[in-house]
Amino acid sequence: MNDKGKIMAGLIIFIGIFTFPFYSNLGKASAVPEPLLNTPVIKQMPVKQCVETKEYMRANHMQMLNEWRDMLLRDGIKTYKSMSNGKEYVISLQNTCLNCHSNKKDFCDTCHKYLAVHPYCWDCHFGPKEAGV
Amino acid sequence: MSMDRRDFLKIIGLSTVAGGIGGAGLLELRKGTAEASSAPHGRNKGSGSTLAMVIDVRKLESPDQYKRCIDACHKAHNVPDFGNPKDEIKWIWTDDFEHTFPGAGHEYVAEEVEKKQFLLLCNQCEKPACVRVCPTQATFKRASDGIVMMDYHRCIGCRFCMAACPFGARSFNWRDPRTAPNLQNPANLNPKFPTRMKGVVEKCNFCAERLREGLEPACVEACKDTKAIVFGNLDDPKSEVREMLRTHYTIQRKPELGTNPRLFYVIGG
Repeated sequence: MNDKGKIMAGLIIFIGIFTFPFYSNLGKASAVPEPLLNTPVIKQMPVKQCVETKEYMRANHMQMLNEWRDMLLRDGIKTYKSMSNGKEYVISLQNTCLNCHSNKKDFCDTCHKYLAVHPYCWDCHFGPKEAGV
Repeated sequence: MSMDRRDFLKIIGLSTVAGGIGGAGLLELRKGTAEASSAPHGRNKGSGSTLAMVIDVRKLESPDQYKRCIDACHKAHNVPDFGNPKDEIKWIWTDDFEHTFPGAGHEYVAEEVEKKQFLLLCNQCEKPACVRVCPTQATFKRASDGIVMMDYHRCIGCRFCMAACPFGARSFNWRDPRTAPNLQNPANLNPKFPTRMKGVVEKCNFCAERLREGLEPACVEACKDTKAIVFGNLDDPKSEVREMLRTHYTIQRKPELGTNPRLFYVIGG
């Protein structure tokens, strides 16, 4: 057992390198992003109300967008009736959602970046800035 | 209370008849309500609408007029132009008589017709070969108006539809369309309509997005002054399209293949 020292030193170095991501990021957790709602269109709304409630949208917007896609494209249903306020909304990501949320960078991207998700919506659909708005 | 066999059978018989009539009535009622409840969504499946186009090539005289239609379409749909035929994306384009109507010509065809360019786009076939071969149902025939639609979200880029389409109406995005030179200028973009992405097949959608807003297709609107393209409902005997078909001799592209194109051409003399 003459190599005890070497083994221990090796183990310490290994554990040091292996746990590097943990201690190097300790206390550096990035703040939970706050999507901004300060776009001109939203500011002008008397009642700040999305298609559904904030909580519902936060949890389910991705499923909802998939449903909207199939409703419009495959079933030819042009409007969506809100479950929360009963209003009818024209189904369109580019022309309805992004009309209010014209700040893609401060709205969509902040959370998507924080959660490291990469939705491919923008491969085809124009974000507000790219369209030169 | 006592009942003999004869009375029992009478009652059973009568109640069977009454039940049958009542049940049928209920079913009728339910049918009625089902239709009424689906109406507000604008879902009008099987409403007897088939959109079609009659292209009067006699009225498209100069290359300028073709270009106007093509430019209007390509601008409305952010169609990329890479400036080389290998990467070409076609929604609406032109070709000569021989390639448009193969087999329809002979050696004494009028020179004017033989040299003419014809405006081509997706034929919106009644029995589309592309829809039959699509493995993901990314391309499908819309029941409400017969448009052959593309769901780019589902397209996996296998290009079976391109092989199946006898009219060359489909193009594959070999390159990211966003990088096309013509789409770099924001003035050329339609911000209300998406682009496509690399690896999907695209084609003319009969301006489904404009029809939704009550507008005519972009190409029809672009040559409105000449009335070279007539657009309308083929199932409505009073429509302009049917009027054109009634009063003119029209031909289709490759009718022998049985896809039943919804584009008709007036060649004229």
